[in-house]
Amino acid sequence: MIETPSVDWLALSPTLALLASSGVALMAAVLVPKWMRKSVAAVFAFAGFVVAAVFAGIVFDRSAEPETLLSESMIRDQLAAFTQLLLAVIGAVVVFVSWAERRRDEHGEYYALLTAAGAGMVFFVGAENLMTLFLGLEWFSLCLYILVAFDSDRATSLEAGLKYLIVGGFGSAVLLFGSALVYGATGELGFSAIAAAEAGDDPFLVTGLAMLLAGLAFKVSAAPFHMWTPDVYQGSPTSVTAFMSAATKTAALVVTLRVLVTAFPDESEIWTIAVAVLACVSLAWGNLAALAQSDVKRLLAYSSISHAGFLLIAIAAGTERGAEALLFYLVPYSAMSIGAFAVVAARERELRQQVRLESLAGFGWERPFYGIALWTFMLGMAGFPLTGGFFGKLFVFSAAYEAGDWWLVLVGVAATALSLAYYLNVVRWMYMRTGPELRLAPAGGSPPRDFALGTAVVALVVVTIGSFFAAQPILDYATDAASSLSF
Amino acid sequence: MLATTLILLPIAGALVVALLPLPRLTTAGLAFLIALAEVGLWIVAVSDFDFDDQSAQLGTSREWVESLGISYSVGFYGFSIWLAGVTVIVMAAAIGYATWIGRDRPRAYHALMLFLTGAVVATFAAQDLLFFYVAFEAMLIPLYVLVGVWGGDRRSAATLTFVVYTMAGSLLMLASVVAYGVTQGTFSLLEPGTSDNIWIFLGFAIAFAVKAPLFPFHGWLPLTYREAPVEVAAVLSGIVSKTAVYGFLVIVLPRFPEPVEDFTGVVMVLSAASLVYGSLLAFRAPDLRGIVAYSSLAQMGLITIGLFALNDFGLAGAVLQSVGHALVSATMFLLVGMVERRCGTGDLDGLGGMARGRPVLATILLVAGMVALAVPGSVTFAGEFLIMVGAYENGWGYAAVVALGIVLAAMYVLRLISAVLHVRPGPAVREEALDLRPGELALILPLVACLLALSVWPALVSESSFFDVEAAATTSQESS
Repeated sequence: MIETPSVDWLALSPTLALLASSGVALMAAVLVPKWMRKSVAAVFAFAGFVVAAVFAGIVFDRSAEPETLLSESMIRDQLAAFTQLLLAVIGAVVVFVSWAERRRDEHGEYYALLTAAGAGMVFFVGAENLMTLFLGLEWFSLCLYILVAFDSDRATSLEAGLKYLIVGGFGSAVLLFGSALVYGATGELGFSAIAAAEAGDDPFLVTGLAMLLAGLAFKVSAAPFHMWTPDVYQGSPTSVTAFMSAATKTAALVVTLRVLVTAFPDESEIWTIAVAVLACVSLAWGNLAALAQSDVKRLLAYSSISHAGFLLIAIAAGTERGAEALLFYLVPYSAMSIGAFAVVAARERELRQQVRLESLAGFGWERPFYGIALWTFMLGMAGFPLTGGFFGKLFVFSAAYEAGDWWLVLVGVAATALSLAYYLNVVRWMYMRTGPELRLAPAGGSPPRDFALGTAVVALVVVTIGSFFAAQPILDYATDAASSLSF
Repeated sequence: MLATTLILLPIAGALVVALLPLPRLTTAGLAFLIALAEVGLWIVAVSDFDFDDQSAQLGTSREWVESLGISYSVGFYGFSIWLAGVTVIVMAAAIGYATWIGRDRPRAYHALMLFLTGAVVATFAAQDLLFFYVAFEAMLIPLYVLVGVWGGDRRSAATLTFVVYTMAGSLLMLASVVAYGVTQGTFSLLEPGTSDNIWIFLGFAIAFAVKAPLFPFHGWLPLTYREAPVEVAAVLSGIVSKTAVYGFLVIVLPRFPEPVEDFTGVVMVLSAASLVYGSLLAFRAPDLRGIVAYSSLAQMGLITIGLFALNDFGLAGAVLQSVGHALVSATMFLLVGMVERRCGTGDLDGLGGMARGRPVLATILLVAGMVALAVPGSVTFAGEFLIMVGAYENGWGYAAVVALGIVLAAMYVLRLISAVLHVRPGPAVREEALDLRPGELALILPLVACLLALSVWPALVSESSFFDVEAAATTSQESS
């Protein structure tokens, strides 16, 4: 008689809920008549994300003390639960953003993949050993590879899928190799076990750490591992881009934080500097390249690279304050990022062509609601007050200053100044062009009503502004979550 | 609580104006009424104000982000209630002017103006460093759009330089805010505490020097003041520049006693340079807006001399001059706008001879001009005199520069008056160009009346805004 290990089903419930809804959505693609396929799949995907969010909330509430599960391969703690909650909410919003996307049929498959990717990320952030880490990473990456190439009648989408597959595969390989080296140096796979092995300055361990970091940096899209980002963000269906820019970054950054802090506490002097360098390179590269973009999705892609830089500053601080700042910033950042892509999607659906800066001319006056929303998101990303982006940057900077990295504050401030140029440029195009420059592509009447997208944008604006006024409650949750790591 | 109401009333008004789909004229009228209600509220506030009490009054304090010591703290000192007062008056006049001339897209325009009112009042009320920064930045959002959408032909370049300059300053200040707040453990300005860190001091000082502006940080000024809608230029030069004065008064002077002492010479020289250079540029400017814009640079230099004289005379003079200049500058800009609307140009070459047949315009412009050039007995004369006395205590050289500034002011203001009113009628002045209309008069007269009232009784402001920096510095040193 083999003794069955006890399984903490509650801790796994967010993943399982998403997997279940993914299955239902996939079945819908074959079993449900065509006319209601989209509704059924979308409703179940939404329900899956909502249930996952509720379960993640319950787990957050009941996990004051971290505990490992499934032979120490997973962890149940507030950090994981906080991130899972955030990821599930991101997914639910993306369902709304995706609703009116033009697509011939494959709705069932689309929502099945979206929820499966969500399930993979939710699994990924609960990883407590290198094996589950890699498993989770591949799980959501595989779903994303297909999602990126989902508009198979568009060459750019296919190209983006191919690029993401190749570069992402390379990143995964680097991560896997790094894991192998770490395993070789310590003989352990579990994060805390690696730390307990005290391998010292073993060159294998340090090389492994570097490769792990590089592998994760691919997913975070931190420069210089960002090469895939602009092409993939531009080519993917816009709703997928919105999902990736928020969810992938959230998951990858939290896992980076966890791996570095739990598995490599003794090497913190090495990785804080490495992460700080990554942050500076991302800030410089992302912002400078964004200045030269005229395609809005590409511009937002570079902006997301620069945000990876800001978020990495929080990790580079290597303190609990830094972790809090990271978790807080992820909330308004996700809202602003999905929101910006959602507004781009609205314009795209209206004009039926790629959205360039020129095609935003006069947008703010014609579509006042989307205009104000995009304005809010741009100001938020630039870190203006009255948006949560301001507190995000403030917390990141104060964490860095407290940790003694005053030079990172200066780099961050300079990067913010630079970023204003392109964020405000978007606003300028929307509102400040008149006369001959206001020539629009013929859109064929007013755009179709898109209540789902409108609802999503309203919710995202509320989060962006709300996280400014109600910074304290969100920060409280972030503090709880950050306290499950031991610094 | 009144301070919070003063901040929230125009912001709530902005939302109402933006969301209610009213006809053009109703929208503008509603915005004007809200601005007038704000003035009324301020009168209530000032009648509740106890000028013998040196602590922040009418305020609210509420925790915002506890772990970092950030709070929502507002309240007024004697000097800041006066600054808030000119803010609401000038904003009401500006909104009234925009209503009168019927700005395009009134819902957006007036919502932004009302929002700006709230942000400026919030800046003058802020008693928390972070909230101050938030309000200081929040001003920039409406200003950016107001200049960028409703500005003149070169508005694009104007907004760009304006934003680049002010944001460069603001972000340096953000770094300083973070550094100061994290070091102190609290951002509250009601708590005592000083810092001797020169870099933090410089972050603040440069941000305020850009906002004021002071030489050599004034690069954004000519283009922005020329391209902005004229009532927005009035707001910019009249009251937005005074947020820098407030910043110097509540942050730089009391919080950084040692760096202030080290840098007083530098700031005084830069201020004196602003005064002289600004006056000379104003004298040479080829257009009305140029004259008023550069005179604003000169006046901000003068005010900063008063601030950094670091004595009671200088400070009282600086506050009085801030209030006076806010009203003068707004009046002058609005008059410039009225002249420009009649002639289609502000170039001095095209103007002249407007006094004949337009007695009201001539009288008002002459009265405002006399106050602007600090004729003895005017509020600006009182302010400049106090500043001169304050500066004299630091060395006769500074007092001499201030005196030179007064002489130069007379030169450029008289040049403006004679170029508009006297000599031969310019090519742009048409015979049928009207005198000031009753609506315009209704906007200008209250401003001029405020100026005359303050001229009669300048002590109303100068004696009640007393803020003893040395005493504040010593008490904070004792407690720390």
